Amino acid sequence: MTIQNPSVSIKSLDLSFGAVKVLQNLNLDIADGEFLVLLGSSGCGKSTLLNVIAGLLEPTDGQIWIKGQNVTWAEPSERGIGMVFQSYALYPQMTVEGNLTFGLKNAKVPKDEIAKRVARAAEVLQIEPLLKRKPGALSGGQRQRVAIGRALVRDVEVFLFDEPLSNLDAKLRADLRVELKRLHNSLQNTMIYVTHDQVEAMTLADRIAIMKGGKIMQLGTPAEIYGQPQNLYVADFIGSPSMTFFDGAVNGATIDIPGHDLPLGRYAFKDRPVDGTPAIIGIRPEHVMTGDNLASAPYKTEVTVDLVEPMGSDTLVYCEFGGQTFRIRMDGQAQVAKGDRLTIGIDPAAASLFDKTTEVRL
Amino acid sequence: MADLAMQNATAAMTQPLGQTLAAGPRGRKPKKRLSRANIIVYGTLFVMAMYYALPLYVMIVTSLKGMPEIRMGNIFAPPLEITFQPWVKAWQEACTGINCDGLSRGFWNSVRILIPSVILSVAIASVNGYALSMWKFKGSEVFFTILMIGAFIPYQVMLYPIVILLREAGLYGSLTGLVLVHVAFGMPINTLLFRNYFSSIPEELFKAARVDGAGFWAIFFKIILPMSLPICVVALIIQVTGIWNDFLFGVTYISSPDRYPMTVQLNNIVNSVQGVKEYNVNMAATLLTGLVPLVIYFASGKLFVRGIAAGAVKG
Repeated sequence: MTIQNPSVSIKSLDLSFGAVKVLQNLNLDIADGEFLVLLGSSGCGKSTLLNVIAGLLEPTDGQIWIKGQNVTWAEPSERGIGMVFQSYALYPQMTVEGNLTFGLKNAKVPKDEIAKRVARAAEVLQIEPLLKRKPGALSGGQRQRVAIGRALVRDVEVFLFDEPLSNLDAKLRADLRVELKRLHNSLQNTMIYVTHDQVEAMTLADRIAIMKGGKIMQLGTPAEIYGQPQNLYVADFIGSPSMTFFDGAVNGATIDIPGHDLPLGRYAFKDRPVDGTPAIIGIRPEHVMTGDNLASAPYKTEVTVDLVEPMGSDTLVYCEFGGQTFRIRMDGQAQVAKGDRLTIGIDPAAASLFDKTTEVRL
Repeated sequence: MADLAMQNATAAMTQPLGQTLAAGPRGRKPKKRLSRANIIVYGTLFVMAMYYALPLYVMIVTSLKGMPEIRMGNIFAPPLEITFQPWVKAWQEACTGINCDGLSRGFWNSVRILIPSVILSVAIASVNGYALSMWKFKGSEVFFTILMIGAFIPYQVMLYPIVILLREAGLYGSLTGLVLVHVAFGMPINTLLFRNYFSSIPEELFKAARVDGAGFWAIFFKIILPMSLPICVVALIIQVTGIWNDFLFGVTYISSPDRYPMTVQLNNIVNSVQGVKEYNVNMAATLLTGLVPLVIYFASGKLFVRGIAAGAVKG
């Protein structure tokens, strides 16, 4: 997919600290008004990439373009970006208003313009009553709102978020997540958002870039990432609990895993391998059919329940299948107990197949 | 299952809390006042406190006695007749060599040395520490290491080379020269202090300020410095006491008794060999000399502790 007039464009970016290559030949185009999430486990280079885009780190090689300008050598303040940090990074000795106006005063914006922008940001984020307070007197959620406001008043094209919700408790995180999405819907700015939380990534993103070892493993919409992971890493990373993987071999219309020959049926091969190719099949716990759905399953078998984890909305069942501990997600109403016999159905069309050696999707 | 839950619920409602507990230990464990550990701890503390307080006590009472009373010999006895004459004499009339205008001259010399030295060294060291912790440049660690090595070279080694340097610069014997020496020698420890304190400030704050368009000095003055009161107080105390109590540099780099700092003059008064030894005047002179650091400690004790603790968190 090529993007016309990208808002942010990263071209052959390299970054090494000494001998350690943190980013390797990275290319990424981000469309105008897009919400892009950089997702990965810690140390994958996602925060580093964001810092390079912000101009807080210098790349070893490559270019950064923002709004058609090559900003590779530009100061952070000259790039038309606003940034929100995990630890909020509010200036502790200034009031909320001081925090919001600090950047504008540095940029010598006229006073009445500053007042106008602060008023607007305070209204959007509902922080008007807090303007005269110091950050120390605010709660975590309020602080993060002020931090977002600080980016908002700068009237920038691109917002950068570095794990902004990670310091908040679970409930507040869910609330602010929704608020962020509303904010994006109303502002329509380009937003680049770094997180290690896949729920945040799935819910917020227009597109997700999954990173590992300084490379992008897959770039796509949340549905693509979830439904057609392009390699084993992405398949394992996305989904909670994650897929169960079985070693097997493609054999005609089936994939043969230990003890079972699963019919491939309508599985959409990207590139059909020759028979006998060793392959890995990954099955999501929520794609295993039980109860009423069983009728449509192309393959049915019976398993013994080893362990039950009731989670309220749904119930996770562990059992032995194909030589592995197999996770099955069932309805929260399901009455199952350890030792029960359970009939399950599997549809490989909803599963993912990977080449055993290259770990790329088949 | 449901029955069990029901039972639990009714049990919680009908049994007033704690009424059915068995006899035996309950609640907070009682502590003995006069335990062996307490006696050892408080005993040791008392002995140590006496060890430090007694000399001070002797100095104060002696300085308030007249010479006849001192000659009676009871150094621990409180003064029978309190007199402030020794204090007045120490300040205004005590003789060093040919000058007989007391410690006041040395006091004002010391003040003239202290103020510029402290301001300069704290100002330079804070900027040093800021640059070394937040604007790391190529070789900044090497630079810092070299600065630290400076702190470990004995002063004696550098005394004479500095004499030559000051002579060549035309500053030998002057107060300005001494100020420069104090600033230079205060640099390693104060830079270390500020650098460690600044590294405990979250890096994201610094990044946010850069995104907000603040430069080197704007970040320093508007963000970092307002957060640094505790460590500034620590540096201030270290420098004030260090420079005020300095004897070696004062006696080495000042050439004329007119410009001697207070400590050097005190030494000359106490060690003067002519006439009678006036213990009360000597004690008063010593107390007067120690007054400035004492006042500084009392005035800023709380901030000092806070700053030391904050600087120690991250190294």
